[in-house]
Amino acid sequence: MTFGQVLLVAVVAVPALGAVATAAVPGDRAGRLVGTVAAALTLLATLPLVGGEHGWFGYGPRPAVQPWHQLDLTWVPGLDLRFHLGVDGISWPLVVLTALLTLLCCGYTLWRVPAGGGSGRALVALLLVVEVGILGTFLALDLVLFFGFFEVVLLPMYAIIAGWGGDDRRRAARKFALYTLFGSVLLLVGVYLVVTAAGTADLVTLTGGAGLSRSTQLAAFTLLALAFAVKSPLWPLHSWLPDAHTQAPTVGSVILAGVLLKMGTYGLIRVAVGVAPEGARWASPVLGALAVAAIGIGGLVCLAQRELKRLIAYSSVGHMGFVLLGVATLTATGLQAALIGNIAHGVITGLLFFLAGAIKDRTHTGSLAELSGLRETAPRLAGLLGFAAVASLGLPGLAGFWGEAFAVVAAVRRGGPLWLTLAVLAALGGALTAAYLLRLLRRVSHGRPSAAVAPLGPGLAGAELTAWAPLVVLALAVGLAPALVLSYASGPVEALLGVVP
Amino acid sequence: MSTSTLWLAAVLPGAPLVAGLLGLLLPPASHGDRAPARKLAVALGVAGAAVALLATLALLLRVDGPVEAATTWVELGGLRVTLGLRLDGVAVLVATAVTVVALAVQVYSTGYLRRGVHDDVDVDHRYPPYAAQLSLFTAAMLTVVVSGDLIMLLVGWEVMGICSYLLIAHDRRLPEAPGAAVKAFLVTRVGDVGFLLGIALLGVGAGSFRIADVLAHDWSTGTLTAACLLLLAGVAGKSAQFPLHTWLPDAMAGPTPVSALIHAATMVAAGVYAVARLFPLFAQAPAALAVLGVLAAITILLGAFAATAQDDIKRVLAWSTVSQIGYMTGALAVGAPAAALFHLLTHAAFKALLFLAAGAVIHAVGTTLMSRMGGLRAGMPVTFWCMLVGLGALGGVPPLSGFWSKDGVLAAAEAAALDDAGPTANWVGWLVWLAGLLGVAVTAWYATRLLLRTFFGVARTPLVRPHDPPASLRLPVLLLAIPAALLGLAAFAPWFADRLRVPADATGEAVELVHLAPNLILPLVLLLAGAGVAWAGWRRDPAADPARFLGPLRQVFARAFRLDDVQHALVVRPTGALARAVRAGDELGVDGLVEGTGRAAVEAGGGLAAAHRAALPRAAAGVLAGALLIGLAVALIGVTS
Repeated sequence: MTFGQVLLVAVVAVPALGAVATAAVPGDRAGRLVGTVAAALTLLATLPLVGGEHGWFGYGPRPAVQPWHQLDLTWVPGLDLRFHLGVDGISWPLVVLTALLTLLCCGYTLWRVPAGGGSGRALVALLLVVEVGILGTFLALDLVLFFGFFEVVLLPMYAIIAGWGGDDRRRAARKFALYTLFGSVLLLVGVYLVVTAAGTADLVTLTGGAGLSRSTQLAAFTLLALAFAVKSPLWPLHSWLPDAHTQAPTVGSVILAGVLLKMGTYGLIRVAVGVAPEGARWASPVLGALAVAAIGIGGLVCLAQRELKRLIAYSSVGHMGFVLLGVATLTATGLQAALIGNIAHGVITGLLFFLAGAIKDRTHTGSLAELSGLRETAPRLAGLLGFAAVASLGLPGLAGFWGEAFAVVAAVRRGGPLWLTLAVLAALGGALTAAYLLRLLRRVSHGRPSAAVAPLGPGLAGAELTAWAPLVVLALAVGLAPALVLSYASGPVEALLGVVP
Repeated sequence: MSTSTLWLAAVLPGAPLVAGLLGLLLPPASHGDRAPARKLAVALGVAGAAVALLATLALLLRVDGPVEAATTWVELGGLRVTLGLRLDGVAVLVATAVTVVALAVQVYSTGYLRRGVHDDVDVDHRYPPYAAQLSLFTAAMLTVVVSGDLIMLLVGWEVMGICSYLLIAHDRRLPEAPGAAVKAFLVTRVGDVGFLLGIALLGVGAGSFRIADVLAHDWSTGTLTAACLLLLAGVAGKSAQFPLHTWLPDAMAGPTPVSALIHAATMVAAGVYAVARLFPLFAQAPAALAVLGVLAAITILLGAFAATAQDDIKRVLAWSTVSQIGYMTGALAVGAPAAALFHLLTHAAFKALLFLAAGAVIHAVGTTLMSRMGGLRAGMPVTFWCMLVGLGALGGVPPLSGFWSKDGVLAAAEAAALDDAGPTANWVGWLVWLAGLLGVAVTAWYATRLLLRTFFGVARTPLVRPHDPPASLRLPVLLLAIPAALLGLAAFAPWFADRLRVPADATGEAVELVHLAPNLILPLVLLLAGAGVAWAGWRRDPAADPARFLGPLRQVFARAFRLDDVQHALVVRPTGALARAVRAGDELGVDGLVEGTGRAAVEAGGGLAAAHRAALPRAAAGVLAGALLIGLAVALIGVTS
């Protein structure tokens, strides 16, 4: 086994073993500590994955997927299932983001366990199980394995929402689980269709169509895209999201918005576009139109929203709309914009949910009508909220800008009346984003302190600062140096687009 | 580009950027003048601006022709975004104006944002973020100035917008400040939708966002006109041109030094500068220039007339900015970017002076309303003379700076109108010229009114004692009075005029900024007429407002032709209503369908479950019936097979 293969195994195994250890260790605090250490080790294991063979030096045409490291083991020989993991420039940033956000959430739980729920140890263990599922999804190069990891996430996330969430948590958790399960059924049918038609589940072989007929590709793309559209989420399949995000505990919301949604967009790029490129070309106008509808509708709903967490949750619909628009253009610019948009949204919305959680913990309300004058009593918290909001509205120089602006550029690049119209509407949606985030700041931050805000102290806990600082730094760093995310992506994206007709 | 020039150019936005970022890390709330955080914030702010100023002065000596340097920032699918500098005479001169004003504003703020005798609460609450935001604002503007890449320009452009938002909302005592701040950002952001799309069209067309590549590309007229028109939307937003000018008067809710910074050398100047930077593109798109000319003519008169009826001294100055920027865009529209930039520079000097002097007045009187001022000349001689210089320059009194630059604009418009010079049709020249001439008279009128209402006559509020401001306020004002008075004479110096040449202007002709010709008389006569009418009106009753002679128009002008209401009715309210409707549709329609499906499934399950609960006889009958059915099925299958 090479070093890279050891790392690949470690990235999935460390959090899995960590989850077991967290549950097994006696004592709540000790358990949380063990889990946090496991999350930290996972993050450490993801970083060196970047070292590897990046170029293509072989003979013949360049393969459509070319992992830096891969591990290909027989899993169930009778069914020809393989345990095939690999990492490349498309998945690596997402892997690191997942590991980072999980670590921050575990560390945050070390400091504060959401009130009214189960033990903190169980929460940390569940977070680690979710991490295993998400990391596995990003690393899997076998379609059946991909599906397996995709499903691992569902139940622990259900438990996190139902166990530690807000007042209406059971209903929200049930809706989340059932709705995304519906998506999973479509995914399962899609995977079944592809695997039986192509006779293999290997994503490296499958990418580029693998000789699938056009009608199979259209059917497969429809099924897979619908499944991933539920997860991403794409309007009008988004309505599980506001409830789940609003009711989930702070760490749950961070993971949900930060990385769980990215399973959808990643799947769309790697699996749906990769396996059924002709289907992608056929469906791209519809996908683009729905993405722009999501941008507009998400923005308008946020403008009329009255609850802090719900507003941030709905803002994800709009932001993921930009990511999906980038994918829909099927241009290199668009796909790269989608990749950096994914990362930026994870960082910024993760931060926003942390801050919203901190505000709700302190004031015991999330109603925008009851929050006012935060900058007078808690200037640092207000300053961070301002920063996160400004980053979220896509201010150039911060992370959110690249994905959104270049999704628009990609649509312009695709050309033609439809895509130019979509570009204009998406750009207008960008102005709408500014409108609702500034409205949020005006309500929460400015003015005289309201009764709920007046008793706040200016201090922030050390654990809070520790959890937020990396996200603040990343939002700035990715904004100033987008190459951090994109420098490794151009090769894989070009290779992937090479197979799209 | 030599390495040292490159470094100096990087320091230009870099120094205030670092000062700003460090300043944001300071504890945000500090109380009292001697708090260490405040001292550090003052030091950082002043140092950032001062270092940038030193760098520009060094560059002023070094740079005489265009120089460029670029490195790849990121490549998105074959579209290269560069981190590049593009320096020329224009950039360095504008950077000088920016850094001088920024330094003056930083120094002035230390005295202005301090608890005064009239203040019931701490004014300097949150000084560290304020100073840091000023620094970031300066850095953003300098990025726009030196940037050699459209995306990098967009970064500075938008960061400036967000800093203006933060700074306008700074004053916690004004309930209208947060709303005004949101309005400023949103109106400019709506314009920026066009700006982004314009940049996207240019970048995609040229395959690169580097300004040099974009200028060198061979464009089709259709694409170019579309791109230029889209860019103009962003320019109209940032430079407060009709119809996106509505944010600027409301932005007066910001502290006065911020107004000086926004109005003089940054923000509003950025739009004019961006067009000048890309002027070779606009020169090939006469349709876009014609649109710009129409907007400029409307803006000149709209701003000037709106200024005549304001009672708030800052709002008079705000509307004068709108009008003066109209002169600059008008000059651009008739194909005279050098004249536009010259007016930009003199305007930067005299408008910064006017705002800072007005701040001194407000500081002394404790109000912004001219109806409560009057007779301040005796108590505040320094402020009075500085204000006189500023207003003279604004109105165009020779030999003050504004006279020369405004004459340059009018001469260019006249040439376009009478001789059909420049890239645009001559009706655009006529439009700009006539609007500009009428604007001269109206400007003279409202400038005279401002002077008389503030400094002459009797004091309308019994004050303790009006006084000239302390040194921290007085020094920047005095310093700015020098260029406000004398900068116009620089036009006679060939090195200055040559630097204002837009690099793409390869004609080789000397740039003529001053036109000593008999037709100089015309604007002078109009100036005297405007000032004379205002003075005559004031003489009849020095206690009354000369604006009373406007009659029924006074209300119309005071509310700026009610364009705010139009904007509210046509954009703000429909958007709000649409948002509520979409929210209802989304929650009841889309989500209702999902919830409905769930409920229907549960009810169907409940119904089936109920059907299975039955008393023994019926249950037994059911079981028997089932058995019978299965038996029949088996028998049938057995028979057929």
